[in-house]
Amino acid sequence: MSALPVSKGFPKPSSLKVLPGTERAQAAYPYYCQFTRADDERFWFYNSMHFPEPMSAFDMVTAEAAYCALGSANTRVHVLPTTLGIDYRIVNGRVYIGGNAVTDPKEIALRTAEFHQRAFYYYEHWERLYAQWREKMLALIRDAQALPSLELPDFEPLAHVHAGRGVASNHYLLDTYHKTLEGYFRMWHHHFEFLLLGYGAYLTFFAFCKKAFPEISDQTVARMVAGIDAEIFRPDEELRRLSRCAVELGVDAHFKDGLSPEAIIRTLEDAGEPGRQWLKELATSRDPWFNINVGDGFYHYHRSWNDDLSMPFAGLPGYIGRVKAGESLERPVDKLQAERRQLIADYRELLGSAEERAAYDQMIALAHRVFPYVEGHKFYCEHWYTNLFFNKIREFGALLAANGFFPGAEDVFQLTHYELEAAIIDLMLAWSNGSPPRGPDHWPKLVAERRAAIAEWAKHDTPPALGPVPDVIDDPAIVMLWGITRESLETWLNAGSNGSAANEVRGFAASSGVVEGPARIVKSVEEISKLKPGDILVCQVTNPTWAPIFQKIAGAVSDIGGSMSHAAIVAREYGLPAVVGTGSATSRIKDGQRVRVDGGRGIVTILP
Amino acid sequence: MASSPHVSWFAEIGLAERPHVGGKGGSLGELQRAGIAVPPGFVVRTAAFERFIATLEQRAAVRARVESLDPADLAGITACSRELRARVEAGSLPADLQDEIAAAHAALCSDPAAPVAVRSSATTEDAADASFAGLQDTYLWVQGAADVLHRLRSCWASLYSVESISYRRQRGYPEQGVAMAVVVQRMVDARSSGVMFTRSPTTGDRSVVTIEAAWGLGSAVVGGEVTPDRWVVSKITGEISVRDISPKAIQHVPAAAGGVESVPVAEALRSASSMSDEELQKLRAIARQVERHYGCPQDIEWAVQRDSNEILLLQSRPETVWSTKDAAPAARALDNPVAHVMSIFGGRR
Repeated sequence: MSALPVSKGFPKPSSLKVLPGTERAQAAYPYYCQFTRADDERFWFYNSMHFPEPMSAFDMVTAEAAYCALGSANTRVHVLPTTLGIDYRIVNGRVYIGGNAVTDPKEIALRTAEFHQRAFYYYEHWERLYAQWREKMLALIRDAQALPSLELPDFEPLAHVHAGRGVASNHYLLDTYHKTLEGYFRMWHHHFEFLLLGYGAYLTFFAFCKKAFPEISDQTVARMVAGIDAEIFRPDEELRRLSRCAVELGVDAHFKDGLSPEAIIRTLEDAGEPGRQWLKELATSRDPWFNINVGDGFYHYHRSWNDDLSMPFAGLPGYIGRVKAGESLERPVDKLQAERRQLIADYRELLGSAEERAAYDQMIALAHRVFPYVEGHKFYCEHWYTNLFFNKIREFGALLAANGFFPGAEDVFQLTHYELEAAIIDLMLAWSNGSPPRGPDHWPKLVAERRAAIAEWAKHDTPPALGPVPDVIDDPAIVMLWGITRESLETWLNAGSNGSAANEVRGFAASSGVVEGPARIVKSVEEISKLKPGDILVCQVTNPTWAPIFQKIAGAVSDIGGSMSHAAIVAREYGLPAVVGTGSATSRIKDGQRVRVDGGRGIVTILP
Repeated sequence: MASSPHVSWFAEIGLAERPHVGGKGGSLGELQRAGIAVPPGFVVRTAAFERFIATLEQRAAVRARVESLDPADLAGITACSRELRARVEAGSLPADLQDEIAAAHAALCSDPAAPVAVRSSATTEDAADASFAGLQDTYLWVQGAADVLHRLRSCWASLYSVESISYRRQRGYPEQGVAMAVVVQRMVDARSSGVMFTRSPTTGDRSVVTIEAAWGLGSAVVGGEVTPDRWVVSKITGEISVRDISPKAIQHVPAAAGGVESVPVAEALRSASSMSDEELQKLRAIARQVERHYGCPQDIEWAVQRDSNEILLLQSRPETVWSTKDAAPAARALDNPVAHVMSIFGGRR
């Protein structure tokens, strides 16, 4: 690795100023995630992959819960030899993170011995532990679904009194809030129980392929490992199924572009038995497969298909058209599986010796063993559970809004989880003592201030990294989860704040092919209707929920995601050039600009 | 037309017959047998050369004259070369041999003026000796049976060039084993042509095919007169990972008077890709087939026929740079397969 000129460091955290007028909003984040002078000595990078937008005060809980769980898995559970957990800080709503590498050889040796007893056990008993994991996750989801609705009746129900419950309704607000928060923190422990080990086994195979075949593309390695029938394909498959049903039941004429889901559902309700039958099929698909959200689950406003049917319904007319044109829309699972086997065999044949082939067989077997978790966990954790969590918090928001704490239910996400507990206790007190709550005098101004701060923060770029550049990035967690290497830091240092030339946006090569077309910036589901055939979709996150619109577009570019992200997998399945994880495409590309997407190299060029 | 002891069509021969048809002829036959399109042609076998030399030997010694030379005596070699080349060029073929070759030419070219290549395809007892091949002559755009017979003798004569004789004398090869077959092959008027390696010349990666191409005949690419377009294509998936299209100002085309001339490329085509994606995929398939057939990475010359857009192979040789570098295996099997993960989790060692 080449040495960097000393003058080309990143700015120190202390030199990164809180934007004028947003100081109070910044101060709302807890003390333990504020930068201090002592942080100047460490290297930090902006986690634009998971948190590409300024985070509201409540959404910060995701960073907190995730890093609590990630760190404990690395540091104390599996005892990774060379790395501990992740520290994080928030400034201007942006999440910066820093790794904790272990460098003392004695400490590494000690941790290696522990790792062998722990991680190796997981690898060797993976199937059993993963089956158990799914049961645990489903139980956790059931617990979250079983949480009571929030009620503050004028008088305690007579039944409670006669039963001698002895605990009044206001207490259950606090109880339910604690359980909601506790479940979310617990879910993240489940999320990280296997994650680093899974990525590690995948990357072991990946690194071998790169050594044996220096020019093999990332996506080819991903294709050798990726599952064919992973959970993450199910939501889109359900849409295809519903499209076939619509044609079979003869109700397909009701699905027209431009009609709202509510309007379509109303016409189906009036369409007699076939219409009711289709709606029954819809209900089957929705539970659980529409519990998928339109983002990566890290922001409260990434709503699920179940909460906003406009995304899945946007895909139905296109699919129905294809069914009527005679396509089956069934994913050819057998054929895809045969192709994957062939791909693995073809590369195997090119290896130089029987010895190398034996190592290849061992590594791909391990990668295949871990991959169902790597692909499957997101549906349960970031989608299903996270939707339940944010929706429960939204219920608290609705209750507080009804009691005048702030104008709307969504405003609840401008409070930290500590502040929300305070507001809940304020309401509990008011209900109990008969005085008006204090919140209506306290929160509206703060909520407005924080909304304004987020809008302001979003207008400004933030440095990709802060502090001194480390000699070497040897932290497997950071390399694995964020793809940050000494080389990528060099690129950041040698270019502008976005790390590339003025007319270029770089990201991960997700799905190969080169295509040109007009960029269509889509920041929310409401904007999906803007897409026309041949457009290049430019969005913050793509994930399988976007699959229905992949049939319309010519290429895709996203701010977040890696080359083995689900977006990449779906894009490959559609044979669509895609560049993901650019960090800045939605802010640097203007709606309507012509762009060239080179999905094989991970480069988007803004054309003159 | 059936083959004879003197003439064989490509489809009838393979590498096993190299002692009689030379390296080039054997390779072209082998490719055609493997189902790979090559410009059609035939080989004038070494038996023809032997008969011709026998007629010369009757008048004055040929082989014994060469063997008597001192490898250090350049003046002697030069004088001998001049004399033998003149004798070969001026000698006449036995009539039946001449008729046989003319008939093969007629069968190859329904239009007698259709251009052909006449290529030396030398052989020794040890036909694998690679550096030998480069010392022999090739004649392109030859028209008519008379000219073919003339160039046939020129090829034979090149066996007695100063360089060839010196080369053999320095190594002490017996002249008895040294013979020359000659390939007569239809010329391809190429729309585009180029070379490809069935592994990466930069990293040695065997999973990619590196392709270079430009407009017109391959001589412009091989001679370095034009910077070719360049692609790296995955051998397995067909994914095109590198796509460098270069400005191509000139191209080589067949000259009206015979031979090759350099002409400017039309403005609109200069920055255009000289190969379509579909053609690149066809090349990939050919590369895999040829490599499989020979069992080792190949260095291949090819051309796209102007009218039919058919891809024809002109030559395939084993790749020599990387195959001599013995790379360590990327990994070895472990008793506990799980322990492979230490390459990721174990830190740098």
